[in-house]
Order: sequence, then structure tokens, then C-alpha cells
Amino acid sequence: MATEQPTWERFDRRRRLSRFVLLLVAAVTVVASWRFMDTGVARPETIPREIADLLTRMYPPDVAYTTQIVQPLIETVQIAALGTLGAILLAVPVALLAAENTTPNAATFWLGKLIVTVSRSVNTIIWALFFVVLFGSGPLAGAVAIVFRSIGFLGKLLGEEIEEIDFGQVEAVRASGASSAQILLYGVLPQVKPALVGLSIYRWDINIRDSTVLGFVGAGGIGVELFRAVNAFAWQSVAMVLIVILGVVVVTESLSAYTRGLVR
Amino acid sequence: MAAGNRTWERPTVFRRREVKWAVYVGIVGFVLWSGVGVGADPARIAQGLGSAGSLVGDFLPPSATPRQAQRIADKMLESVAMAMVSTLTGIVLSVPIAFMAAENLSPKPLYAINRGFISISRAFNAIIVGIIAVKAIGFGPLAGILTITFKTVGFFSKLLAEDLEDIDMGSVNAVRASGASPIQTVLYGVVPQIIPRFAGLSVYRWDINIRTSTIIGIVGAGGIGSVLLTAFNRYDYQYVTAILLAIIAVVLVAEGVSAVVRRRYT
Amino acid sequence: MLQVTDLRKTYPTGDEALKGVTTSVEGSETVAMIGPSGAGKSTFIRCVNRLTEPSGGEIYLDDTELTGLNDDALRAARRDIGMIFQEYNLVERLTVMENVLTGRLGYVSAWQAFRRSFPPEDIERAYEILDRVGLGEMENKRVDELSGGQRQRVGIARAVIQQPKILLVDEPTSSLDPETSNTVMRLLTDIAAEREVPVLINIHEVDLAIEHADRIVGLHDGELVFEGSPSELDQLGLDQVYRGAEVPENADDGQAPETTGDGDVLPDTDRPLAGET
Ligand SMILES: Nc1ncnc2c1ncn2[C@@H]1O[C@H](COP(=O)(O)OP(=O)(O)O)[C@@H](O)[C@H]1O
Ligand SMILES: [Mg+2]
Repeated sequence: MATEQPTWERFDRRRRLSRFVLLLVAAVTVVASWRFMDTGVARPETIPREIADLLTRMYPPDVAYTTQIVQPLIETVQIAALGTLGAILLAVPVALLAAENTTPNAATFWLGKLIVTVSRSVNTIIWALFFVVLFGSGPLAGAVAIVFRSIGFLGKLLGEEIEEIDFGQVEAVRASGASSAQILLYGVLPQVKPALVGLSIYRWDINIRDSTVLGFVGAGGIGVELFRAVNAFAWQSVAMVLIVILGVVVVTESLSAYTRGLVR
Repeated sequence: MAAGNRTWERPTVFRRREVKWAVYVGIVGFVLWSGVGVGADPARIAQGLGSAGSLVGDFLPPSATPRQAQRIADKMLESVAMAMVSTLTGIVLSVPIAFMAAENLSPKPLYAINRGFISISRAFNAIIVGIIAVKAIGFGPLAGILTITFKTVGFFSKLLAEDLEDIDMGSVNAVRASGASPIQTVLYGVVPQIIPRFAGLSVYRWDINIRTSTIIGIVGAGGIGSVLLTAFNRYDYQYVTAILLAIIAVVLVAEGVSAVVRRRYT
Repeated sequence: MLQVTDLRKTYPTGDEALKGVTTSVEGSETVAMIGPSGAGKSTFIRCVNRLTEPSGGEIYLDDTELTGLNDDALRAARRDIGMIFQEYNLVERLTVMENVLTGRLGYVSAWQAFRRSFPPEDIERAYEILDRVGLGEMENKRVDELSGGQRQRVGIARAVIQQPKILLVDEPTSSLDPETSNTVMRLLTDIAAEREVPVLINIHEVDLAIEHADRIVGLHDGELVFEGSPSELDQLGLDQVYRGAEVPENADDGQAPETTGDGDVLPDTDRPLAGET
């Protein structure tokens, strides 16, 4: 004990020092960042007033506008549902490639990692830009964009779940003479099923939110209405759309939390 | 034993088999309806994927003129700078909001208002927040900072408030009982309990903010996003790929840094 | 009949787990493979159905040489080899019936497997076997709700429904309490006898081996050091198996001979039959 004390203290001091350096670096970077940017306003103190100004113009929300946003809202839900479903179907094989214990060889492992990384590093809205070029503007491009963004998310997290499974159960199925597909169905799938369901619902929840902005690049959904209203400076309509989005997101989130609680 | 041919069907979570089929039919119906709704007709998909080959060809290889490369670098720096500043402002603003949104520390009406604010912040995608910020205060990185700060506050104060609700009130009361003022009570009773996770969450959020800062330029809120949108609109696809690679690289570096810092310092 | 000749296994880590083991299991006998932990018992069994790839040697199951089979032929061959595991290795989140039917996967398509639509004979046979192992009426219970003894009964049922030519059993009782161990062992050997299936069983507890086996083989450090009937397994044989003793010239005093110096000295608790001779 007595000999342990000093080394422990020295370690702690070093830790503290490195933490301090880290904080200092962070602080300097923030200050440098601020000075680097050309923020374009001479008087930041006017910002709160301008925001308040905008909020006043939003009031009262244009309730009559609701009828016009029902259809885009339905489209948003459809985009999210289809996108999530497509992503699940494609993410399962990707996860199997990206998991160390199920991937056939090193090449397939890195292929899996590559797909996951590219998919995850590119935001939904950027994927949407790409697919609008491919499919023309409209919700189809949006749904495919959702698929491509979600593959990486689901593939990564599902792959991590697959790496955690009990391989003894898989071996037992293999030992009975099962084919690779059967091994997946009986040995792997039951073990990752709760995770698969939970992650899918979670991603669906995220996808509902992501689908609300696809309209900005012409990829369908309620975003189309929102940006039309914004560009027309119809702030009361904007407020109504925002309220509807808020409602949908809150409902989705509680639904998602509730169903994930059910899965065992 | 001599029960003849017994049959077996897998038990379902639904109480009756008809319910199960009804649910399946419902799901399939919903998917088909959605497919029709988004115009996912197979011919169109096939046609789109058919032209994907040549389109991907247009995107390769990535290329940028020296001026374009310079522009990528400048705007990427702007993105990173926006993320840096707004991580700080976001966290600073989160602290009081988190205290006001912690059920055990805050009076009911204040609690409700702050929870509402958090929900709003979390519900709206950064793109939506960005476009409104741009309309309110004009194009440029300041709108971006405002956007990311707003999103950070929603994320951070929610988690922080939950931590605060979980803190051990015993040690807080002990500090208070020793005659400490309310501020001292918070400093010595509450803060030490939440510091470790605080650090981890900050770095994590910084990582997310880097990602956000690379896209909100699409709506004019500063950073590399505007360059990307312009390149897309000019059909300059090889330049687009160059920008995308830059974005992916920065995102990966941020993720790596965040992972390392969280592992070593929390 | 299983005939293994000069079976070798060297792991990528450099561990020589099997250094040329030759033995056979014939007729419908029960052979117990004893040996200290690390002797290579599990490796041996896993090499037979190639869950672990052997590094050398030959394995004949009846007329089929197993080590050279391609994937499809290996799958077909595995259908004839029932395996029972130490940790049961049941699919925890599936029902008892689904686990038992896993033993029939080699005979149905992936789609049938997915739909759980097995031939009626398989279902009927599954019910019979479940009754036989004492799990009648339990078919729709999820396996993670069962006790250890019940799980190993499911494990036995899963192997037996394969209608295998041989049962390979890896320490079936080491996760069970002594009393359950005994009933499970009895059940296993009885069922094998009823169906006239030969059994190769790895076992740690020598008294269980002596009680239930027709023949005993002893493995030490990857080598076969004993082979004989339970009655032939004396203190000397045990020392060879468990302490790596050389066959001594003068072991008249009944004392344990010198160990070979590989440092493999068992702790008392690990010593089988301690104080019984
Ligand atoms: N997967 C493996 N990788 C490397 N070495 C292994 C592996 N499995 C077993 N071994 C080694 O092989 C030897 C025999 O192990 P095993 O067959 O499990 O013995 P037993 O079943 O008799 O206890 C041991 O030295 C063990 O460390
Ligand atoms: Mg073993």
C-alpha cells in the first residue's frame, strides 16, 4: 500500500495535467474558430430581437392550412416506413459481413465495414440529392435516400450484436448438418432478434424526423410544403407545419419507446 | 404414446391465428400502399438503377481545380469552427436549462416549460432549424451556430437533466446540512456527481455537431454544405465527389477523436 | 462404426492438442474418454464432425472418410453424427420443440425450416423423444425457462432425433449437480442402448465413466495413454491418464510413480477416485 501511494498520485497528476491541456486546447480552438469565421453581423445583440420578431409573425398558426398538409404528412410516414423496411432487408446481410464471427473472409469483412462507413458518413439529405438526380424529384428518391442512410446505422449496430452472440448455439445447429441459411435462421437470428426489432423501431423513429426535411431537395414529404411556405414568407403556415411535425415526432417517439419496451 | 400423428405449430405472440394473419395482411397492405404512395413502381426503380451505372461514372474520379480545393478547405474549416463554437455555447446554455428541467430540483411550471423547449429542440431536424435561423438572421455561419447551439441544448440538457434526477440526494442534503448556500450546495453536492458523464457527453455531442455543421450549409447556414449544393446544381459531379470525400474524412476523424477521448478521459 | 487413425490437431496458437490418436467405437458400445482438462478430449470430438478442422489423420464413419469431404458431403455426414454439448448449446430463445427439430434441419429446405413446417413423421418422432426424456407437454416452453437438467434432456433429444450412426457427447454433466448428472448419464446410455447407437462420451468424473461405459480410453496431453474395460482401469492407469506417469518398472508398493515432469499435477479435488483404492 505504502509503495503504491506515490505512483498512484503521480498518475493522477499526469491525468489532471493532460485533462487541463485538453481543455486549454479546446478553449483556444473555440476562440480561434470564432475569430476565423466571417459571421457577417456587426451587432450580435440584435439577434434575439430578430428571432422574437419572427416568432411574432408566426402567431397565430394558420389552422386552415392543415387540410393542405395532410397528404404530404402521409407521404412522409410512407417514406419513413418504406425506407426503414428496405434498410432492414439490406442491413441484415451487411451486418453479417461486418461482424467478425459471421463474415466469410477478411475481404468481405472490410467490404462490410466500408459499406457501413460510407452509408453512415453521408447524411440523409446528401443521399437525397444524389437520388433525386437518379430517380427525379419525388418521394421515391427520398425513400431510397432513407434506405441508404439507414443501412449503415443498422448494419453497424446489428453487426455489433452479432459479434456478441453465443457461438456455441450456432455450432450446435451446424453440427446437426444444417445449411448456412438454416444456421442463420436457427442459430443466429433468434439470438439477435430482439436487437433487430429494437434497432429497427429506433431507426424508424429517426427516419420519421429525417423524412421531414427531404422536401428541401425535392425528395418528397412534408418538407416540400414547409419550404414552400418559408419561401413565400407565409409564417403562419410555417408555424402550422411545425406544429404538425412536432406532433408526429412526439407520437412516433412514444410509440417507438413503447414498442421497444415490449420486445424481449 | 399411441397418440397417432400429433401436429405442432409454433406458438404465436398473437392469441389467435386469425389475429396473426390479420396483422400480417395489415402490414403487407400498408407496405403496398406506401409503395404506391411514394411512386415506387418497379419499372421506374429498374430504370433509375439502370442509369445508376452511367451516373456513378459521372461522379468518378473525384476532382477539384486548385481553386475548388481551396474553397473546400476554407468552407470545411468554417464547418469545423461552427461546430466548435456551438458545442461550447450549447453546453453552457444547457446547464441552466438542465437544472430547470430536472424534476427534483425545479418547480413544476418551470420544469414543464423547459421540458417543452427540450422536446421542440429535439423534434426538429437541423435542416429545419437552419432554414428558419437563416430567415431570421440572414445567411452565414452565425445562423449555423444558432442552429447547432439550439440542437445541442435539446440533446444535452435532456441527458443532463436525467442525470440530475438520478443523483444521490443524500450527499446533496449532507452538503446542505453543513450550512452551505444553495450555490455551494450545487457546486459541492451536485456537480461532482455529474462531472464524469458531462465530459463524455460533451465530446460525443461535439462529434455529432461536426456532422451537422457539414450539411446545414445546404440551407445557407454556413460551412461546406453550400459548396456541395452548388456543385450539385451545376452538375459538377466529380467536384461533388471530392467534397463528399472531404466530408467523410472529417466525419471519420471527428468520430475517431471522440471515441479516443471518451475512452481515455471518462 | 467410427474408426479414427492417427488424428492430429495443432491450433493456430501452436497448441498441439492431439498428437496422433488412434481409436475406434464399434457396435453399440459406450466408450468413455477420460483425461484431465486440456488433454484434448473436446478437440477430439470436435474434429470428428469437423467443427474443428483436424490437421492430420483419418476418420471413418462406416465407409465414409470424413476429413476429405467437401461442404455438401460434410453436411450430409453430420446428419449421421449426433452431438451433445457441455453447455447444452441450445438456442435459448427458441422453444423446446424448435430446438429438438433443429436435429432434422439436414433433411428440410431453408424455407421449410423458416416456416417451421417439418414433415409429420419428424413432429411425431419429436413428441415421442420428448416423452422418452421426460419432457412431455413441455414442447412450447422457451428453453431459457428450463433448468440445467431439463436443458440437457432437450440436448439429448435434439441429438437423438437425428437418428445418428453415432453420438458424440462432450462432458454432458459438468454443468450439472451430481444427482442430476447421474440421471442424465443413465438416460443417455439407456436411450443409446435402446436405439443401438454407439456413444463416445467425454467425461471428467471417472466414477461416472466406470459406472456407465463399456470401454474407457484415456487421453493425456494429446496422446492416448489408456485403453481398456472399466475393470482394467486401476490406479496405475489413472496415474498415466491424470499425471502423465510413464509405465514404471517397479510399482509394487502401490505408490504413485514419479510424474514425467511436465508439471501436470492435479489438485486433490481434481483427483478422481481419491481415497477409493
Ligand atoms: N480454439 C483453440 N485455440 C487454441 N488452442 C485451443 C483451442 N481449443 C483448445 N485448445 C488447446 O488445446 C488443448 C486441448 O484442449 P481441449 O480439447 O479443450 O481439452 P479438454 O476438452 O480435454 O479439456 C488445450 O491445451 C487447449 O488450450
Ligand atoms: Mg473439454
